[in-house]
Amino acid sequence: MAKTDFEIPVIGDYLQTPDLHPGAMAKSAPFKAAAKHQQALGFPGELVENWEELAVAKLAELLKRYRSLRVYLDACVKCGACTDKCHFFLGTGDPKNMPVARQDLLRCVYRRHFTLAGRLFPRLVGARDLDADLLEEWYRYFHQCSQCRRCSVFCPFGIDTAEISMAAREILDEIGVGEKYCNEIIGKVHTVGNNLGLPAPALANTLEGLEEDVKEDTGVDVRFPLDVQGAEVLLIAPSADFFAEPHVDGLIGYAKVFHQAGISWTLSSYASEAANFALFIGNYAQMRKVALRIRKAAIDLGVRRIIVGECGHAWRVAYSFWNTLAGPFDFLDPRYPIPQHIVEFTYDLIRRGVVKLDKEANDHMKLTFHDSCNVARATRMGDRPGGQFVLPREVIKASCNHFFDMTPESIGEKTFCCGGGGGLLTDELLELRVKGALPRMQALREVHEEHGVTHMAAICAICKSQFSKVLPYYGFPMDTIVSLHQLVSNAIRMGINS
Amino acid sequence: MQVADTPRLYVMSVITVTYALLLYTAMATFVVGVSYRVFMYARAPAPLRIPTMPAPMTRTGVVFRVAREVGLFESLFKSNKWTWIFAVMFHLGLLLEVLRHLRFFIQPIWFWVVLIQPFGVYGGMLMVAGIVGLLGRRLLLARVRYLSDPSDYLMLFLLLGIGLSGFAVRLVDHTDIVSFKAFVLGLLYFHWRPLPVNPLLLTHLTLVSLLLIVFPFSKLLHAPGVFFSPTRNHVDDAREQRHLAPWAAQLERGGSEV
Repeated sequence: MAKTDFEIPVIGDYLQTPDLHPGAMAKSAPFKAAAKHQQALGFPGELVENWEELAVAKLAELLKRYRSLRVYLDACVKCGACTDKCHFFLGTGDPKNMPVARQDLLRCVYRRHFTLAGRLFPRLVGARDLDADLLEEWYRYFHQCSQCRRCSVFCPFGIDTAEISMAAREILDEIGVGEKYCNEIIGKVHTVGNNLGLPAPALANTLEGLEEDVKEDTGVDVRFPLDVQGAEVLLIAPSADFFAEPHVDGLIGYAKVFHQAGISWTLSSYASEAANFALFIGNYAQMRKVALRIRKAAIDLGVRRIIVGECGHAWRVAYSFWNTLAGPFDFLDPRYPIPQHIVEFTYDLIRRGVVKLDKEANDHMKLTFHDSCNVARATRMGDRPGGQFVLPREVIKASCNHFFDMTPESIGEKTFCCGGGGGLLTDELLELRVKGALPRMQALREVHEEHGVTHMAAICAICKSQFSKVLPYYGFPMDTIVSLHQLVSNAIRMGINS
Repeated sequence: MQVADTPRLYVMSVITVTYALLLYTAMATFVVGVSYRVFMYARAPAPLRIPTMPAPMTRTGVVFRVAREVGLFESLFKSNKWTWIFAVMFHLGLLLEVLRHLRFFIQPIWFWVVLIQPFGVYGGMLMVAGIVGLLGRRLLLARVRYLSDPSDYLMLFLLLGIGLSGFAVRLVDHTDIVSFKAFVLGLLYFHWRPLPVNPLLLTHLTLVSLLLIVFPFSKLLHAPGVFFSPTRNHVDDAREQRHLAPWAAQLERGGSEV
């Protein structure tokens, strides 16, 4: 484990709400985007001269565009329902990480410029002019929100801080203050097709290597097809699945499931990324542009179905936004969900007995499941509400003998973000990420001590990367985190019934 | 209006005129202000489906979800039982009081309005107890104190003032209810009648007017707002339905990469 210059939180017996530590995370800020990364997305390269004016004008535009923003900036009564719900507050104690306080950074400017009370009596209603200090606070604290929507579950008016932080980031981009991590990555997707900037030949090479590995492992010729015209299914996976651990074990799992189901499939080198980081910066046009790559790939390859791999925010954009952003997908087979999640696909095959699993293959693990925030609170799987909680667990239980859920307060709709979502999975935010993982680590510790749980499965590339990184800080081995389809991969009976 | 022939009556009619105008202004501000806000909410598009999941998959399901939110404060219940109890006490008490006050506005008084009159005092007590609870939480809990602005306290004091002056009108210095009702009906039918002068009643009316006036400019907009909250009123149907906002459609026409 690397040396740290911050204090690693101590896991208590149960989740405690911390005392307030004003300014505790005031220094936490991601690197700002360089001019070329800004300009590639059509944003100003650096802070524009009349930024105060432009920021307010952009806010006015967003208020006209988004009902969520308009209602949420008015509706908050400061009741405090959200104050102890954010993992970043629970992990840091910084009061500006309470969802309402984070929103107030934007709300105070809204009140100053768009409400009568704020124009007449700014002090009375907490209205503020946007000045350089506040701008810096925006940049810092709106990049301490992982847009996980946990606060929106508990708000009596459903105020979703994700909507507010997306709007704030959109304004920041507009005046020339973007986040390097997000904006550089979005640029790579536009030019290369994936977050990593992995070019087609490298991807082809990687997939060939995987075919050899699986052949060596199982003796079966499992294909990892790339750019295959006329395949039945286009698989859109997060690019981390191509090389990172434990992601790649999940990719091997998908391939084995396709192999056993006898369904032809392909990856696309043009659209080799499920994640859509434009979501994090709240930018509809950018999000649409990224989504359109996938549409184009599907049309060009002539596929009949699109299936999305294990990636939380990707599934949100795919499930909730694709149809609107880049639809209608009327060229796909309407008998299947458009798009379909790989877990829905595998679950269906298991249920119909097409895929058979030997649970004993995972007997060396005792498992729990981390509901990824965006899958849990922004999407669905299957045909009834809450299927996003049921289907992954059913697939896990079909793949192993030892499964234990974490405390109900930390799963399902109340699940905690891993601490790395929403465009924060970057090294300079490590302190924030470690501290933000505290609530999950606490719940994991509980099932570890109570049931001897050794591994935690997840269905999100960010969750997997984040946990691999932060688990050791809390004394867990980094390979505690596994891909859901890694379990399927271990347990799947190959080559008998296909 | 008759010109008074004694100083006392003269004073009374100035008060009557003042309060008649105040109440008209307050009501007009409330109705116009809230309507305008609701119009703004309704007009703003919701370009992407963002229900907090799991969400209902049908319109009917959504109606029930919003009804539970409005009627039972479902999400607040998930969050914090104390805040929930105080909030329910306050809102339920307020609702009871508003319904009970209908007797001043209608003639003959509806059967059920007569029926709930005896609960009036409990309504007021519930309301005041709820406010005290919420105020206590705001003052004592460091997290909530941190995020409170002066207006948040003032709002509670205003509501507390309304509740306490209401009690006082009823219990301390009994108002001439018959003439007061005549005054209210007079306002409604634009045939003004004198307002009985009672300092407590005037205080009560002043505070209620103030509440109506600040309503459309304050966080009290949470009341209409909750009906327009996309995380609560969106149907989970994004895979089946496109939800193209007008400005997004324009974006599509403007430049498409495919």
